[in-house]
Amino acid sequence: MKIKWVILTLIIAITTVLTGCEPLKVLNPKGPQAETTADVIWISIMTMAVVVITVIALYIFYVIKASRRPDDYEPPYIKSNPIVESLIVGVPVLIIIFLTVVTVKSLYVVEAPPEIYENQEPLVIYASSSNWKWHFSYPEEDIETVNYLFIPTNRPIKFKLYSYGPISSFWIPQLGGQKYAMVHATTTLHLAADVPGEYMGRNANFTGKGFAEQTFNVKAMPPEEYEKWVEEVKATAEPLTKKKFDELLEPGHLGQLTFTGNHLGFSPPPMSHGEMSSDTEETDSGLSMQPHESKDKSGNESD
Amino acid sequence: MDFFNRFAIPNPTPTIYASMVAIALTVIAVIIGLTYFKKWGYLFREWLTTVDHKRIGIMYLISALLMLFRGGVDAIMMRAQTAVPENTFLNAAEYNEVFTTHGVVMIFFMAMAFIIALMNFVVPLQIGARDVAFPRLNLLSFWLYFVGAMLFNLSFVLGGSPNAGWTSYFPLAGTQFSESVGTNYYMWALQISGLGTLMTGINFIVTILKMRAPGMTLMKMPMFTWSALVTNIIIVFAFPVLTVTLLMGTFDRQFGTNFFTMTNGGDDMLWANLFWVWGHPEVYILILPAFGIYSEVIPTFTQRNLYGYKSMVLSMVIISLLSFMVWVHHFFTMGQGALTNSIFSFTTMLIAIPTGMKIFNWLLTIRKGKIRFTVPMLYSLGFIPLFTIGGVTGVMLAMASADYQYHNTMFLVAHFHNVIIPGVVFAMLAGLTYWWPKMFGFMLNEKIGKWAFWFISIGFCLAFFPMYISGLDGQARRMYTYSAETGFGVWNMISFIGAGMMAIGFIIIVYNIYYSIRYSPRNVGDDPWNARSLEWATHNPVPEYNFAVTPQVNSSEALWDAKKNGHKLFKGELKEIHMPNNSGLPVIMAVLFFVFGFSFVFSIWPGVILSGVGIFSSMAYQSYMKDRGKHISVEEIKETEAKFGGGKK
Repeated sequence: MKIKWVILTLIIAITTVLTGCEPLKVLNPKGPQAETTADVIWISIMTMAVVVITVIALYIFYVIKASRRPDDYEPPYIKSNPIVESLIVGVPVLIIIFLTVVTVKSLYVVEAPPEIYENQEPLVIYASSSNWKWHFSYPEEDIETVNYLFIPTNRPIKFKLYSYGPISSFWIPQLGGQKYAMVHATTTLHLAADVPGEYMGRNANFTGKGFAEQTFNVKAMPPEEYEKWVEEVKATAEPLTKKKFDELLEPGHLGQLTFTGNHLGFSPPPMSHGEMSSDTEETDSGLSMQPHESKDKSGNESD
Repeated sequence: MDFFNRFAIPNPTPTIYASMVAIALTVIAVIIGLTYFKKWGYLFREWLTTVDHKRIGIMYLISALLMLFRGGVDAIMMRAQTAVPENTFLNAAEYNEVFTTHGVVMIFFMAMAFIIALMNFVVPLQIGARDVAFPRLNLLSFWLYFVGAMLFNLSFVLGGSPNAGWTSYFPLAGTQFSESVGTNYYMWALQISGLGTLMTGINFIVTILKMRAPGMTLMKMPMFTWSALVTNIIIVFAFPVLTVTLLMGTFDRQFGTNFFTMTNGGDDMLWANLFWVWGHPEVYILILPAFGIYSEVIPTFTQRNLYGYKSMVLSMVIISLLSFMVWVHHFFTMGQGALTNSIFSFTTMLIAIPTGMKIFNWLLTIRKGKIRFTVPMLYSLGFIPLFTIGGVTGVMLAMASADYQYHNTMFLVAHFHNVIIPGVVFAMLAGLTYWWPKMFGFMLNEKIGKWAFWFISIGFCLAFFPMYISGLDGQARRMYTYSAETGFGVWNMISFIGAGMMAIGFIIIVYNIYYSIRYSPRNVGDDPWNARSLEWATHNPVPEYNFAVTPQVNSSEALWDAKKNGHKLFKGELKEIHMPNNSGLPVIMAVLFFVFGFSFVFSIWPGVILSGVGIFSSMAYQSYMKDRGKHISVEEIKETEAKFGGGKK
């Protein structure tokens, strides 16, 4: 009967660690979207803890009873009881309904711009992956960075994600969940940071040899500081040319780079994924997916 | 020479060269051994060409165990590499090959083979049949599986292993990012063994529907047979999707088509969708037979009937339907939006309901029972709480908004190992120990078996529970290394220790097999476990024809009724038994398929064309071949029955 003690100790150990002094990144949100998912995760952990404890308690009780039968005990033949059967279906149904409601509500929250910053114009950043780097284009500011991301706090950020190679997954655990960056469709991810600080960002989807190091640093800072940084970049950084950008796309690792201008003009992102999100401007483009090449010809110059 | 350059390994290391030498030496040792002991004829006549479902089952079993160790070594290497931050035991290229082959070998060549091994051995016995419906096709299925497995393992020393993950997502798996022939091996090894699996599916559906003993209606089938029926129906619906998907992948890589490419209208999202349309049902192809095994073991060792037979059947049928409606949950993060994800979250969570029904039914079976703590029962008792934990984390992953944070992390890795190991692997080990006397006529040592159980279960907890935590702390899966400041080190070290304990557990199992072959008593009788279903009504080991007289069945626990309620299983006189003849054709086809697959991997077109013609000619020859089988006379049956100790009259 050692096993149940092992399991119980483990469950207790796990909960202690989960609630422990150094919070895990996903459960230590620094923005409204990550806060929503962390809440959902806690609700699910609590609900599931009830389920697990119930099952394991019943299990321990029955196993102990069934292992201490007298020698002459003859286990009876038992037909199933319709009341018991409907109970073991009914209770899970209720739990599933509850969790579905939680899921659907939170899905619409995290797929939309953060509610608390609703009245603010979102900062649009195009984040694209190539083996094994991240490129961040700021069309509004007309600057571009590689492998690092500066964002203002208390302002919604609208990421437009796409890839120049294998499917990648854009992830800043403390600001919110992941979304894929792919070749044929631009996806949209809404994030925001409440608290200034440095956060880990990475590609979470396997992309080959250099995948482990495909990370980027995120620095959230007050808006004034952010403006200052933008001005500084514009004053000091080199302009990004098509030739330079093609060099950057070559497979390999690069440090952090900064440019003025951006690649959106000469190497435009694919069309948007036809999402059913609240983003109305997206829906008219439908599920059209176009390769980069044909876009190049159509000449979508904005520079 | 240019021609031979293609066989070179892209990332050669001393380890790989050492393995080449080791493989060559093993092959030479086996050939010399077989020649020295003059066993070639025996091996060919009695095993390689056999159509006996029991022997085919045992061949599957041996192959599955070999693959378990291949995949297990991969696992240990991965855990060793990530045990400490910035480790240099493996480099990125090696690590990518190791985790790819670990996944493919464990799912396709270990778990699939293991459940098919047990289905092959047990199902015909449980339904009182003499063999499967298409015995020769069954042998061909085995050979296709075996050829696929060997072809896949060959990639290690010839041309390079696949390295795009077991899911092999395009465009990563396309020629632009995976230049070596590794992914070609993936396509053809899975293609060939997948065809074998599809044939097994058809074979078992027909066997179960058409060859049950008199009196055994569908609702009187033992639960393992029910699970086999449902599983094979899923196989027949799911595997054609894999066949087509792999073919599209092959065309993209070798003939320049653009299904999944980055240019010319290809779609990188298509592979992921098609792969998981097959891939999710595949998960249930593995777990349903496992549920079937627990449903046999738990009643046997609690010594009472399975609680809620009808709801057990119903829940499996519901799971099989739902399994085709949830594939999007493997990529909630693809950007399909809140509505689509809401629907798939809901369908995914629905699976918890039939699965919960099963868990509670097993608990209620234990409730009024009287437990005997044997090794198969220990695995079943370990399964219930551990699988429940794995199941509820599955529900957590099903909640799409939260999945955005779990996706692609160690949390996910923890979850699926938490359902596959206590679910499928424990069931396989329970089934192996449970049916071992049926296969070989002696029992595995219980004491050593219990040691193995404790090592594997505790090792499992140590190896996988920390991954839940490191996943929530932001450790993505498939990373060959991480820096010390991430703080993942401690969790990965615990994982490595756990993996080591599991390895010791499996070594103990091997030792147990050796020990039991040498020392276990041989006179265990026909029914050593005091079991309930039909397979225990014949001898140990089972004679070629299974039952001298076809049994009569009146319930799902025919043997128990015979023992306790005076039901008469065997009525009537001995009659001549009609059995199928052995066939060498599947062996020839195996060789042809191997040449075909190998040539295709390396684009050696003459080899492809010649072996392709050979395959179709064999099929044509097979179609026109007249083989009426053989008859076992009453005398022979009497003789055999006497040899087995009188037997049933």
